[in-house]
Amino acid sequence: MKYMLMIHQGTTPTPLDPDAWAALPAEEQQAIYAAYSEINATPGVTPGVGLQPPETATTVRVEGGRTITTDGPFVDTKESINGYLIFEADDLDAAIALAARIPAARLGGAIEVRPVMEW
Amino acid sequence: MNPLPGSAGAGASGVPAGDLEGVFRREWGRVVAALVGALGDLDLAEEAAQEAFAIAAERWPRLGPPASERAWLITTARNRAIDRIRRSQNLAAKTRLLAAEGPPEEGPLGSAPGGSPFRDERLELIFTCCHPALALEAQVALTLRTLGGLTTEEIAAAFLVPVPTMAQRLVRAKRKIAAAGIPFRVPPPALWPERLAAVLAVVYLVFNQGWTLPPGQREQAGAGPDLVAEALRLGRALAELVPGEAEVHGLLALMLLHDSRRHARFVPAGDEAEQHGGPGSGDGDVELVLLADQDRSRWDQAQIDEGLAVFRRVLALGGRGPYGLQAAIAAAHTRPGPDWAHIAVLYAELGRLTGSPVVALNRAVAVAEVEGPESGLRLVDRLPLGDYRYFHATRGELLARLGRIDEAIAAYDRAVTLTPDGPERRQFARRRVELAGGAERG
Repeated sequence: MKYMLMIHQGTTPTPLDPDAWAALPAEEQQAIYAAYSEINATPGVTPGVGLQPPETATTVRVEGGRTITTDGPFVDTKESINGYLIFEADDLDAAIALAARIPAARLGGAIEVRPVMEW
Repeated sequence: MNPLPGSAGAGASGVPAGDLEGVFRREWGRVVAALVGALGDLDLAEEAAQEAFAIAAERWPRLGPPASERAWLITTARNRAIDRIRRSQNLAAKTRLLAAEGPPEEGPLGSAPGGSPFRDERLELIFTCCHPALALEAQVALTLRTLGGLTTEEIAAAFLVPVPTMAQRLVRAKRKIAAAGIPFRVPPPALWPERLAAVLAVVYLVFNQGWTLPPGQREQAGAGPDLVAEALRLGRALAELVPGEAEVHGLLALMLLHDSRRHARFVPAGDEAEQHGGPGSGDGDVELVLLADQDRSRWDQAQIDEGLAVFRRVLALGGRGPYGLQAAIAAAHTRPGPDWAHIAVLYAELGRLTGSPVVALNRAVAVAEVEGPESGLRLVDRLPLGDYRYFHATRGELLARLGRIDEAIAAYDRAVTLTPDGPERRQFARRRVELAGGAERG
């Protein structure tokens, strides 16, 4: 099975918010970087890309042939995704176990695990 | 305990309908589990199992039951599934099934009672059904459907939801199991405690859903299935499948001991109300009787003995988990003149495990029995349970014992307003009227 793990940072401190990030002890910052590199090196993982914060998002719809462009993410800012990875795993339990290792899951965010559509 | 008539044993030749119902109850879960194990598809497994049971219902009364009912049912169901797959030309499923088409696998549980050559895969099935990636209500419905063999209609009736809603819930859950890759397996040690707790929670929820109904209503035709019996069946199956887990036995003992009082918990409406000069019962036909006021001769002694025997397994396994402790409390209540000091200690331990203010409330009741109502009330008044009906009923009772009748009446008033219509609400109202009457006379 192939899963996409969507990372929602929620209230997780990230380097994108330098004040919040600076408030974390240096060991915690290192632990977070280390966790992400371990996850990306896990067999079966295809790392995704990180995204800039939801404030930088632009949402596009087409209504009656007209392109309507609005500022901000489609979902609420706090619900929008900040990154993802793809994980090839035996079953959902394996994907849940990997999701639980992503730092955002314990720092105020959440990981959504979705099976990838296979044609 | 099997609530189905005539399910005790199969006849020599023809099989009466009642026995078939018993076979269905006993074997459904195993047959479905074996098929899911072989086919990896819950829907197909259920359909094939249904077909096999239909064939049995047609054939066994005429020709007599096969030597091994279970092996016959599983083999027949598997053959029906193979036919279905061949017809549907589903290549992906076909390859999977062809691998399963060989002789039945001889597993470690192959020599289990019943003499089936098939491995018992009910444990795998229940862990799939109670996977935390499914909503709790879906876990409950799936467990009752796949392990218990209840129909969608019966489950809908038991949980008071429309049949299409329940059907949709089951379809979605099965779709998610397949699409999200929820495994069909017994969880590895790292996941075991959390996943076992989820399974036990589902079984206990089924029990409690049935337990709130009076026994007459439980067994009434059209009132839905007897969920207490379903929960006991699941509890017994788990105790057989994971005999080394104290909490599994704790839950079973707890359910057996609670249910042993089923015939004493309620009395026909009128009896109680007239006796106490309380308000008429209106809609209901039964009144609730508190544990202390129950007619002990109406307790089911055989079931108490069974419950206590199961509880001794908990002790032997050194179990001090939440279910084991609740079973210990239920066991203590089976004795006339229960040891309240011991019960208070058990509640204290349970409270430390769960951090639940409801447990603390129960502890306060036990403390009141040992040290007097004043000590009990002091503990009760500290609890953040202002919206909980038993909090006010307990306060009312303790205040009444202290002779603070006006405050007691006010507490029972609050309990009444927090309780939906039914035997329980009438019971609180009756107590309030008693207190008011006593106050007038005194």
